[in-house]
This record gives sequence, C-alpha cells and structure tokens, in this order.
Amino acid sequence: MQTGVSTGTTTGTPPVTTAPKMAQRIGVPKEIFPGEKRVATVPEVVEKLIKLGFLVSVESGAGDAANMSDEAYRTVGATVVPDAAQLWASADIVFKVRGPTPDEVAQMREGCTLISFIWPAQNPELMRQFAAKNVTVLAIDALPRMLSRAQKMDALTSMAGVTGYRAVIEAANAFGRFFNGQITAAGKVPPAKVFIAGAGVAGLAAIGTAAGLGAIVRANDTRAEVADQVTSLGGEFVKVEYEEEGGGGGGYAKVMSEGFQQAQRAMYAKQAKEVDIIITTALIPGKPAPKLITAEMVRSMKPGSVIVDMAAEQGGNCELTEPGQAVVKHGVTIVGYTDLASRLSKQSSTLYATNLFRLSEELCKTKDGVINVNMEDDAIRGLTVVKQGSITWPAPAPKLPAAPAAVAKPAAAPAAKKGHGHGGSGEPMAGNKLAIMFGVSAALFWFVGANAPAAFLAHFTVFVLACFVGYMVVWNVKPALHTPLMSVTNAISSIIAIGALVQIAPPFAEVVNRPEGWIRGLAAAGIVLTAINMFGGFAVTQRMLAMFRK
Amino acid sequence: MSTSLATVSYIGATILFILSLGGLSNQETSRRGNLYGMIGMALAVLATVFGPQVSSSGYAWIIGAMLVGGSIGLYAARTVQMTQMPELVALMHSMVGLAAMLVGYATFIDPQASAGFTGAAKSIHEMEIYIGVFIGAVTFSGSIIAFGKLSGRIGGSPLLLPGRHWMNLAGLLVVIWFARAFLNAHSIEDAMLPITVMTVIALLFGIHMVMAIGGADMPVVVSMLNSYSGWAAAATGFMLSNDLLIVVGALVGSSGAILSYIMCNAMNRSFISVIAGGFGTTSVAKKPAGDAAQPVGEVSPVHATETAELLREAKNVVIVPGYGMAVAQAQHTVFEITKHLREKGVNVRFGIHPVAGRMPGHMNVLLAEAKVPYDIVFEMDELNEDFPDTDVAMVIGANDIVNPAAQDDPTSPIAGMPVLEVWKAKTSIVMKRSMASGYAGVDNPLFYKDNNRMLFGDAKKMLDEVLTALKA
Repeated sequence: MQTGVSTGTTTGTPPVTTAPKMAQRIGVPKEIFPGEKRVATVPEVVEKLIKLGFLVSVESGAGDAANMSDEAYRTVGATVVPDAAQLWASADIVFKVRGPTPDEVAQMREGCTLISFIWPAQNPELMRQFAAKNVTVLAIDALPRMLSRAQKMDALTSMAGVTGYRAVIEAANAFGRFFNGQITAAGKVPPAKVFIAGAGVAGLAAIGTAAGLGAIVRANDTRAEVADQVTSLGGEFVKVEYEEEGGGGGGYAKVMSEGFQQAQRAMYAKQAKEVDIIITTALIPGKPAPKLITAEMVRSMKPGSVIVDMAAEQGGNCELTEPGQAVVKHGVTIVGYTDLASRLSKQSSTLYATNLFRLSEELCKTKDGVINVNMEDDAIRGLTVVKQGSITWPAPAPKLPAAPAAVAKPAAAPAAKKGHGHGGSGEPMAGNKLAIMFGVSAALFWFVGANAPAAFLAHFTVFVLACFVGYMVVWNVKPALHTPLMSVTNAISSIIAIGALVQIAPPFAEVVNRPEGWIRGLAAAGIVLTAINMFGGFAVTQRMLAMFRK
Repeated sequence: MSTSLATVSYIGATILFILSLGGLSNQETSRRGNLYGMIGMALAVLATVFGPQVSSSGYAWIIGAMLVGGSIGLYAARTVQMTQMPELVALMHSMVGLAAMLVGYATFIDPQASAGFTGAAKSIHEMEIYIGVFIGAVTFSGSIIAFGKLSGRIGGSPLLLPGRHWMNLAGLLVVIWFARAFLNAHSIEDAMLPITVMTVIALLFGIHMVMAIGGADMPVVVSMLNSYSGWAAAATGFMLSNDLLIVVGALVGSSGAILSYIMCNAMNRSFISVIAGGFGTTSVAKKPAGDAAQPVGEVSPVHATETAELLREAKNVVIVPGYGMAVAQAQHTVFEITKHLREKGVNVRFGIHPVAGRMPGHMNVLLAEAKVPYDIVFEMDELNEDFPDTDVAMVIGANDIVNPAAQDDPTSPIAGMPVLEVWKAKTSIVMKRSMASGYAGVDNPLFYKDNNRMLFGDAKKMLDEVLTALKA
C-alpha cells in the first residue's frame, strides 16, 4: 500500500507526506530516566526489523544496562550512532521504553513517529508538546487489549509478567527461609505461605513463580472470574464473603462498594496473620492504588515477613510502602521498588522489543520499510494518541466485529444485511448490482400486480413478507446449530400435513364426480409421510439439542 | 371450531414457528425453540382437524395415519446414529417432497377444489398445482438420491452425463410446453397427461441434479433440498389458499436458501457452479497443470506413541475434525483424549470448518454427542489467528479444508476457499488412512511441510492407541 492512500479518515488529516518507497529509519535512543535499564529493541529483533525493510539506528550504549553491546547491534546490521542528538535527528520512527522528557521532545524531528509508553491520561502536558511538534505518537499503553489480535503487541502484559516474576524473586531475597517445604536431616522446614492480592497478569505471573518455588500460594481478586486462572497456576483462590461483581470492563477491576471493602479488609487482616509473604498488585485504572494493607495488618504479621508492593508507583497498596525503596517496619520488610521490570532488563527488553516488532509488522504490512498508520484498524486506532500534531486520544470504543458496515450507501441502507460473521455477507452489495436487483424485482412485482387477481395478491404479500422474516431470523443462527436448524425446519415443513388434512374429509361431501377414494388415499398417504417427518424431526432435534452442553 | 378461531390459531402457530427458528440462534435458547416448534405444530394440526374444513368422518383416517407415521418417525429419531444425521435429514426432505406431490395430485383431481375459480384466478390456481407438484417431485427424487449418496448406497463421485446442461434445458422446455397444455385442458382427464409427463421429468431432473454433485458439495445439496421442501410447502399453501402453509413454507425455504449461501461462501464457490456439477470435472481437467505444481518435500510419518508425546508436551492444542472422524465414529475417543489433556492443563480447542462433514453443522453435532463442551468448539474465523501460538494442530480425517494450496496456489481448483491454517502451528499432525487426495482431488502440500507429521491408519484405532499412550 502506498503511504499516500493511508489517510486516517476518522480525523480528516491530510495524507502522510513521506516520500513513497524510501525505507524509513527506526531510531532507538538510550533511556535517560534514572535507573531505567531497559532498551526498546534488542539485536535479535533488529534483524527482523531489517527484514521488514527498515533501517535501524541505535544510540551508542543504549543496550549496555541490559547486557547488549554496541557490537551486538552492529553485527546484525544496525547503525550505532554516537550521541542522542544525532539519533533523534535522523530517525523517522523512534522506539522508546519510557515516555520522552521535554528535552527529548524538543529534539524530535517534525513529522516523525514515536512508539513508547506514554500514559496520555497522566501526562496531558506531554501530549500538548507532541501536538505542538506535529508528530505522530503511538502509546503502547493505549492498546485496545480486548482485541485478540492485539495480544502479541501487548507490552503492558509482557512487562507485567516480568514484574510479577521479579516481585517473587525480591520477596525470596528479603525472606529468610526456603520457599518450599523440606524434610532434611537437620529437621523439617515448613513451606512459605504467600498471599497475592490482585490476579491480573502480574499477579498471575507471581502466583506461577511462587508456586514454582514450592510455596503455598493464595490469591484474591475482586473479579471472581479469575479464580480458575489462579487455580490453573497452582494457587488457591481466596474468596471475599460478599456478593458483588468486580469486572470494570477492559479486563480491569473497578472500585467496589463499602460493604465489599469491609469484607475484603477482614479477609486481608486474616491472611496477614497467617502468611509469610504478601505481594500486592491491585490497580484501578486512572485512580490511586487502593490501600489494602493497613499499618495494623503489617504489625500483625510475623517478624521476618515480607511485603512486595507492586503498586508502589501509584501510591502503593500498603500504607507503609515507601515508593522506590525497601524498608523494614515492625519487623516486616516492605519492598516498594518501582522498577521491577527494569531490574530484569534483558528479559523485559527482549519482550518489549518483540511487542514493538509485532506492532511494526501491523504498521508495515507491505514489508517495504514504510509504516502506514491506518486509522481504520481498531488496534492501531487505539494506539495512536497523536496523529500528525492532532490529539486523537482517547480512541472511540473499538468496533464490535459484528457491527454493520460503517459506510453504507444511502440506496443500500434498506437492504443492509445484518452482518454476522458469515464471510463477507456484512458488506453492502455494490451499487450497480443492487440497482439491477431492484430493477428485476420491480419488473416482477409489476407483472404480478398487473395480472394477478386480488385474492392471489393477498397470499403473495404474506409469502414475500414471510421470506423476509425467515431471512432475518435465520441469519442469527450460530453455525454450530446448523444441523439442528435443518432438522427443525424440516420438522416444521411437515406443516404440509394441513394440506392433506383438509382433503381427507371436507364437510361438503356428495359433490358430483369427486373421486372420493383416490383423494382420501392420497391424503392419507400424505398424512403418514408428514407425520413421520413431524414426530421424527422434532424428536431428533430434541435429542441433538440435549447433547449441546457447556 | 369456527373459521375465525382456526385463523387465529394459525396466527398463533406462525408466531410460534418464528420464535422457534429465532430460539435456535444459540445453544441456551435452542431447546425452548424446539419446544415452540412442537407447540406450534400441535396447534396448527389441531386447529385444522377441529376446524371447519375437516368433517368428523375423517377423524378415524387422520388418527390412523398419524399413529402410523408418528411411530415410524419416533422410532427413527430414537435409533438414528448421530453420524447418520445427514442421511436422516435427506430422507425426511424426500417425505416432504412426496407429500407435497401427493397433496398436489389430490387437489388436482378434486373438482371441488377448483370450483368457483374463473378466468385468471383459475389459471393461477392451475399453475399453483403444476408448480407445487413440480417442486415436490424434484425435492422427492433429489432427496432420495442425496440419501443414497450420504448413506453410501450410491457412489459419492459425481455422475456427469454428456451434454447434461442441454438435457436439463430440454427438460425445462418440455415442462413449460406441457404447462400450456395443462392450462388449456378442459377436463381433469385431458390434463392428466401433461401433469404426469411433467412429474416424470421433474423426478428425473431431481435425480440428475443430485447425481451430478460430488460428495464434498453435499452440505450445499442438503441445505438446498431443505430449502426446496420449504418452497414445496409454500406452493401447496398457494394451491389451497392457506396462509399458514405459505408462511411456514417461506420461512423454511428462505432458511434453507441462506444455509446454502453460507455453505457456498465457505467453499468460495458460487451456488450455480455447485449445482451445475461436482468438483470432479474441474480437477480432472486440470490434472496436467496440477502435476507441474506437485508439492515437493518428504512426508514424515509418526506413530501413535510419538503423537501422544507431542500432545503431552503441548500447551495449546487445536483439533480439526473432518468427515473421516464421522466415518470412523471416533468422536468419543477424541473427547476422551481432550478430557485427559484438559485435566493436565492443556488448552484444547476444536476448529470447525463450515463445510466439514456432510451437512451444515455436522461436526458440532458429533462433538456434542461425545459431550465435548460447546465453549471449546470454535468456528474457523475465530481460530485461524491463533494457529501461530498453537503447539499441536491435530487434523482428524480432513483434507481439503486444511489445504494450504487454497491460499498459495492460484491455479488450484480450490484456490480462494477459506481454510483452517493448521500449517502455521508449531507442529501439525494429520490423521489419515492413506495419502489419497480429498474430494476435490487435489494433492495437499500440507503433508509435505517440514512441521507436519502423518499418522496413517483408521482414525478410531489410531486415536485409541494415542489415548492408551497418553495414559501410560
């Protein structure tokens, strides 16, 4: 696809003006946020990006903290640029991990594209700077996560997985005992009990890791539906004894009622007394982290216990958390590191780089090294927070797969079918084809109307309308139920029995010449046949439907 | 019961039928849908029997006929194997067709039925009889042949007579010519010849049409015949001026037509080309071209134990069943394997191609019979994107629906047909009796791919061995 036709129609911005067929350069600067060890691309991924047709530049030393040398990048074909200024100046597309500082924004080239974590809701000032700079920005955190297609690009999930793993490792580090229970010559060692609050991606990764180390793992989440996932990873789901559903859409939790929170606090207090390690990861989007672990609960824990607060950056789930630090309070080590993913920099960089590569694939379907920010694509629309200087965040809710075709021609509107995932049936017919259809039907109707008597027309009306009703009703049938549908329609078509019934013994007998015997024979045979169908059809449908179960 | 009461009952029955079809749109409401259908039918029959058009002298006949037919029907429904569903449905369509024919004839020889019609109304009434008998006859003979083919009594390969399109056209012209003779006839005796000739031609036409269609196109044929049986009912309704018959016939007819359309879409073929003749012709003609594009590579056979090994190590498994699973009656073993793997925490899902099997939704019914929960059974479109993340894709007795040539080779007879992309999985295992090609007669490059393994043998026997190996 040429970049010239890639206009984002939803925003009405002019087409991208990059010269077509010129391979674009991806620049990866060194992360300058203090303590950030991750890098936005790794040598293995550079290779794949080059295969997609891109040129890749990496700032000298960008991968050092993640154990990736300039040499490694050079070997796979990247250009290593000595300083940041030069890199920003030459890149058409910039891959970053942390959102840029104002300083970095100032260095951005006009018209270039940035892909990074942005958190647009928390950083309105940054968004304004982007707009002023006339750049395009894809915030990897704004990915519509409910699209299954988007999962391969979901950097939040891959980072959360790393964070969850690291949280357990930090806890093990601070904890003075084994995780797994052992019976040794020197005596019996009880297994560590770990409680994990919040079973999102990070929580689940933590459950898996802790269970893998041999600990007894319990977990809780306000969303009851994750219980199965917890169990599948080897954890035990602890329920809050209160009825309320906590799914807040988009796979996130929501704020719960007061009654629920009370029951939840009681449960946490009980767990705090019993377990050795608490790992918290409860977040509610756009709100400070809920305070789940009170100072009181910390005091009730056994000395030597550990709390790892993964929500430290959003204020922490524990009242005593000090973000960025590990502190000991009331004999309990409270780890509030905010850079857990960065502490496993090689792993997280690799995952993040792969996410960005998957995104690049989506952006550059032509594999010619030129990206196309296609605003028609739900995933890319969601990611794009600034498009050529105009803020496009927040994106409208993603279209449902079954949504009717968006741009139906006015003439096509009455005939617009209910799109239902059956091949291309959701698209309206081409205009001329439709016109022919209408023409032919109009002629047909005229012919019928001109020649047929009124009595026939009444039946004809019923017939045509019934065809449409059948059409509307049957479009909604799931493919899995096609066989039962056929057998039930088959059973229903034995309504023809009525035809035979009215012939078998009409009340107006003694008509001249009526071959009574013949008619009765034919009608009786008809009734036998349709009865086979009627009873057999319904019975077999019933038998089939009884088998469908969850 | 008065005429008005009967009419109102008919309206009630109509509504119940519509609700019935609507209820079938998903599994939760489907049972209720079937119940609505039964109530509707009972209402319609009772309203007719006790209505003004049936005198009490007919009750004995009606009850007798109902008892005979009903018990045969219930017996058949109770004893039929789920793998035989397509045959049963085809056979039932033939009964509707035959009944429509009989009712048409009965109306035709009944002077009372046409009394009171004059001029255009009379012609229309006669046309209705003529068309009703025609559709009924085509449905009847076509369904009988479909039944024969599906149950294996008649070979599955298409029978292609020379100049068959011309034969059909000639038949149609004769039918139209006799329609004129039929309309102009003054007495029932005079009209008997045209209608008889037409019936014979219609019967031959139905036979010929279905004989020319190959086994893989059977889902389209079955749903098309379903549609015909509906139109036959509608035609009978016109004939008898009965709105209930018209409505229900139209409902059934359009539902069958939609199903045929969906099936054709799933094969990327136009309705006309399916009706006009089987896959066999095209692929035979294209054989020389096909040879040039012979897939290259080695076929790697595996044993049941290795298959079990692969399954055990997998995290994500997709099973793609085809007609071979139905033939081998392997669905229960498939479920045993699924259950075993799921207990071990393996994510097992089923991918169903819309035309897998011999009638729409055939595979779903078989899996449901084996108690596979329907929430792990997915449609092709829902699953195709997940194959790259799938460790093992197991194909059981399917061929054309997993043929990569449909996407890669524009000259292939099945080019453009949507297929399940099993070759994108880390490993695919194809369970097949031999290297023979599928119904489309096309070689399958999938078998030669590096990541594909072939497990030769009867599906049921092989799966039993896999299960034993898994449990060991």
